[in-house]
Amino acid sequence: MRLRSLLPVLLAGLAASAGAASAQDLTGTLKKIKETGQITLGTRDASVPFSYLDNNQKPVGFAMDICYKIVDAVKTELKLDKLEVKLNPVTSATRIPLIANGTVDLECGSTTNNVERQKQVAFTNTHFLTANRFVAKKSSGLTKFEDLKGKTVVSTSGTTNIKQINEYNTEKKLGITILPAKDHAEAFLMVETGRAAAFVMDDVLLASLAAGSKEPTAYAISTDALSKPEPYGIMLRKDDAPFKKVVDAATAAFYKSPEAKTAYDKWFMKAIPPRDINLNLPMSEALQQAFAKPSDSPDPAAY
Amino acid sequence: MNYNWNWGIFFDASPEGTGTYADMLLSGLIWTIVTALCAWVIAFAVGSVIGVLRTLPSRPAQAVGNAYVELFRNIPLLVQMFLWFFVLPELLPESWGTWLKQLPNAPFYTAVVCLGFFTASRVAEQVRAGIQALPRGQRMAGTALGLTTAQTYRYVLLPNAYRIILPPLTSEFLNNLKNTSVALTIGLLELTARARAMQEFSFQVFEAFTAATIIYIIINLLVVTAAGLIERRVAVPGR
Amino acid sequence: MFSNFDFSVILNSWRYLFFDGMTFTLTLTALAALGGVVLGTLIAMMRLSGLPVLPQVAKAYVNFMRSLPLVLVIFWFYFLVPYIGQWLIGSERPIQVGAFSSSLITFTLFEAAYFSEIMRAGIQSIPKGQAAAASALGLTYWQAMGNVILPQAFRNMLPVLLTQTIVLFQDTSLVYVLSITDFLGAASKVAQRDGRLVEMYLFAAVVYFAVCFIASLLVRRLQRRVAIIR
Repeated sequence: MRLRSLLPVLLAGLAASAGAASAQDLTGTLKKIKETGQITLGTRDASVPFSYLDNNQKPVGFAMDICYKIVDAVKTELKLDKLEVKLNPVTSATRIPLIANGTVDLECGSTTNNVERQKQVAFTNTHFLTANRFVAKKSSGLTKFEDLKGKTVVSTSGTTNIKQINEYNTEKKLGITILPAKDHAEAFLMVETGRAAAFVMDDVLLASLAAGSKEPTAYAISTDALSKPEPYGIMLRKDDAPFKKVVDAATAAFYKSPEAKTAYDKWFMKAIPPRDINLNLPMSEALQQAFAKPSDSPDPAAY
Repeated sequence: MNYNWNWGIFFDASPEGTGTYADMLLSGLIWTIVTALCAWVIAFAVGSVIGVLRTLPSRPAQAVGNAYVELFRNIPLLVQMFLWFFVLPELLPESWGTWLKQLPNAPFYTAVVCLGFFTASRVAEQVRAGIQALPRGQRMAGTALGLTTAQTYRYVLLPNAYRIILPPLTSEFLNNLKNTSVALTIGLLELTARARAMQEFSFQVFEAFTAATIIYIIINLLVVTAAGLIERRVAVPGR
Repeated sequence: MFSNFDFSVILNSWRYLFFDGMTFTLTLTALAALGGVVLGTLIAMMRLSGLPVLPQVAKAYVNFMRSLPLVLVIFWFYFLVPYIGQWLIGSERPIQVGAFSSSLITFTLFEAAYFSEIMRAGIQSIPKGQAAAASALGLTYWQAMGNVILPQAFRNMLPVLLTQTIVLFQDTSLVYVLSITDFLGAASKVAQRDGRLVEMYLFAAVVYFAVCFIASLLVRRLQRRVAIIR
């Protein structure tokens, strides 16, 4: 056991001295990818438009495009002729354990990068910034978080959002009933069908789900937010510096290139599947800066 | 193993602000027990009626009983949960549906009703088997004594049948208790759901699930012990 | 009543539901039943072996698995199996186990506890004289089990084993909690994407009912035939 725990250290030392990427010198995820010729991406069912199912139930989205860029970079780095990409669906609740236990190598979705999560996993450069708000039917007249007093609201289990609304509820003693839902689409449907008065989530996801609903004009997003805009990042295993280096370099190069803007516009400024709806969300100033100077900081104030 | 163990986590405050993570699991345990008990009341009552229907001499009564059991046994519990929670309110007249959906603790009531009717189909099987296991002479003796069919069941058949089926009923009760965890999919905050939430908030996956596992084992042991006591209490002397 | 429902969502997605979803469900059911019966038989043999320790181990395993809700076991294994694999083969990192393999391991280990109880009853249903006769003929324990006891035990218990397999088929729907694309998972993904919960869940219920009902009718016919042989 002691020898086994020493092994990665030894291998890392070797890799540093040799520099070249031959299978013996590699460690962690890179080594595994080289050996198996496979990389597994964690995908989401309903993180529109980051990673969600299109008309053919295939995961697509902005984060998926970024992940395929990373896959290309990994393939080049490892000098592989062929790299098989496997897709494994994850939920907000399962994504962190599944990254940690090696089931998925990269989680491509809408995961908030924060200090707490960095104790368990690592994040690459930020690909979006979003704040925690809620969506409700306009007819309900709910516009501020205070209005939720005594109501039943829903949020997705395993998110920072459900944690924040729980903390807010306790702090302000509002007596809100908070239902956990498995994923964003289910949570939104709870509002649509009247099971819950509001859905507490990242504003960009709320806007996308509302836009894709049967009656987009019937919903309004809260005017106040529970958090500052927080960064989203592609998630990977922690303590795997060589892999993170490749992923960081790939995302930084992509975000700085004009391609990133094109990809952004493809998902946020044009009609997207499955229902050809245009979200019309121009890139924010903060995100433009984050793309110009890529950063993996979990601190909202850094953006 | 690349995992940061932290068994002290149970004494840390949970982000819900209502106490520690241990309190969170405890509240889950209470929901599990309350849901299981309420569902069992329905399951026992409905199951007994359906079980009796299936042993009556009347053909239509048997058909109703059989149809009930087939319907509830051949659809997965999780799908039944979704039917009660997501589908039923949309099929009802709008005002009823809205009322149902806006009930406080709707997941709890849904889980109780769903589990109750589901478990009833299994209880019905046991009740039927118990009644059919009795010597035919008992029914005849009842009739000979001038008892009506209802009286025969009430005073002769059922008291004996329940005694015979106490062990399988105990295991159905335990199944019912374990099945409450399926209701986490409709938002019931029972024990497994709370263990999962604890994992999400604290990232201590294995501690949370270990605690839940131990709690489930303890409840099982308690129920089995209690059932053994009841069995001895109600045993007919000399049999 | 169904005026504002749109059942075309089923027509648009049936290939996905059946080719992706139902294939996963049926493969998982078949393999887990097979693995569960094999493992369950071994556990039943351990339990009836009369050797030291083994019966207690078998009993503890069965009671342990039977006291846990399947949902909890599914979570446990999906997160834990890669670490167990790492420990078993002494790898430097958790081994990668896909959603299907992980579900298969979970259901095999979980259902083995239930299958073992059935097989135990099956083995016990064979008169003790047969084991004694086999031993008198000079057969070893494994020969007696393999050629005399187990074939009869299987035949007697076949209807019960198949009924338990129908239960297993229904239980696989619980992988929904991990967002795995089994039949119900596929149905719920389409339902949630298109906001058509009512249509999809009703359809899923009808399909599950049809499959299980027909299967249980077949089992009952088989039961009558097996009963004559006995």
